Amino acid sequence: MTPAIESRDLGRRYRRTWALRGCTLALPEGRVIALVGPNGAGKSTLLNLAAGLLQPSEGTLRIFGEPLDDRPAALARISYMAQETALYPTFTVAELLTFGRRLNPGWDDRWARERLSRLRLPSDVPAGRLSGGQRAQVALVLALAKRPRLLLLDEPLASLDPVARHDVMALLMESVAEAGMTVVLSSHIISDLVDTCDWLVTINQGRVQVSGDIDELLATHRLLTGPREALDSLPPRLPVVAHTVNGRQASVLARIGAHRLAPVWTVNEVSLDELVLCYLRQPASSALPGPTSVR
Amino acid sequence: MIDFRLDARSGVSTYLQLVQQVKHALRLGLLQPGDRLPTAAEVVAALAINPNTVLKAYRELEREGLVSGRPGLGTFIERSLGQSSPADQARLRRQLAGWMRSAYGAGLAREDIEALFAAALRDTAREGAA
Repeated sequence: MTPAIESRDLGRRYRRTWALRGCTLALPEGRVIALVGPNGAGKSTLLNLAAGLLQPSEGTLRIFGEPLDDRPAALARISYMAQETALYPTFTVAELLTFGRRLNPGWDDRWARERLSRLRLPSDVPAGRLSGGQRAQVALVLALAKRPRLLLLDEPLASLDPVARHDVMALLMESVAEAGMTVVLSSHIISDLVDTCDWLVTINQGRVQVSGDIDELLATHRLLTGPREALDSLPPRLPVVAHTVNGRQASVLARIGAHRLAPVWTVNEVSLDELVLCYLRQPASSALPGPTSVR
Repeated sequence: MIDFRLDARSGVSTYLQLVQQVKHALRLGLLQPGDRLPTAAEVVAALAINPNTVLKAYRELEREGLVSGRPGLGTFIERSLGQSSPADQARLRRQLAGWMRSAYGAGLAREDIEALFAAALRDTAREGAA
């Protein structure tokens, strides 16, 4: 299957600083993809490149197998919701809908109106007077009404209260169930990504560390605890993500695979939070299966 | 119809929680053969989870022969779980509630009652009564 997003050695430089470098990725279609990393790691840069808002400084980028260029047909398949859900604050919701309909050929106006009324969003109020949660919902409805094949969301849940976060996620998940589009969303609140995303990409200091199916990542990584002396007896080829020593005890996060361990090690499953934290704390570690492993 | 809910701290994976809740509803007679399960879109609109998780739970229930998917119509309950009649269930539940009231009366706390119930369940299973 052709990947939704495929990049090879993709990089973007601002003057002398590389915001993103050596980014080689293949993200499968039809997934809900979490893009995770510390602030300034390159998440927004990658999303801006995929949305066609930035040009790469080096490397290549393909969306659904085709290079991204200025042709309207290429961009019509992509919706992008920027950070802080940039809506024109003086436009009413109804005016924003008109704006979207005039600019986008595939616009589904009936769906947008039906959805806005179901969410009880007022159409005659300027966007600037809506609550943060309502603004996020309007922005998401506008992004979805374009009927995109690829939906890019930059920190859609930041600055939202828990109820609004749940409502925005529910709207997003329901739309995925109906339309089956590919979603890439960045966040640094990992608990929001559990149960919603099924593919994880971590990006750290401008480089991609992990890209894989979340169930598979959780099934292959294990947290080992044992006596510190046992560190020397770990299988030499065991891919260790991180290890810490505390007194007599050593803790190791490793991609265990078929490796056999000495019985001194206690083996525990890891949560998505633990997995992400371990990788982000170790910028040098990576678990990239390579661009061929997309299913 | 069934309303799913999620317990993030249970340690049970989300899809298994959905499977267990359907089975639980079948055992209590809240779901019966012919009933329709909510669609994936309906479930995720309430729970804000990935639709594939719902589909995975429904596939597991289908594999166990409890439900069947009819294209374009939905997923329907095929058979019930547990052999007891509603009358038997109501009688046993009444008796159990009476027993629990006397346990509270004897000064047992909720945890004590749970431990006692689990122990008695193990005992009878060992005797082969279950």
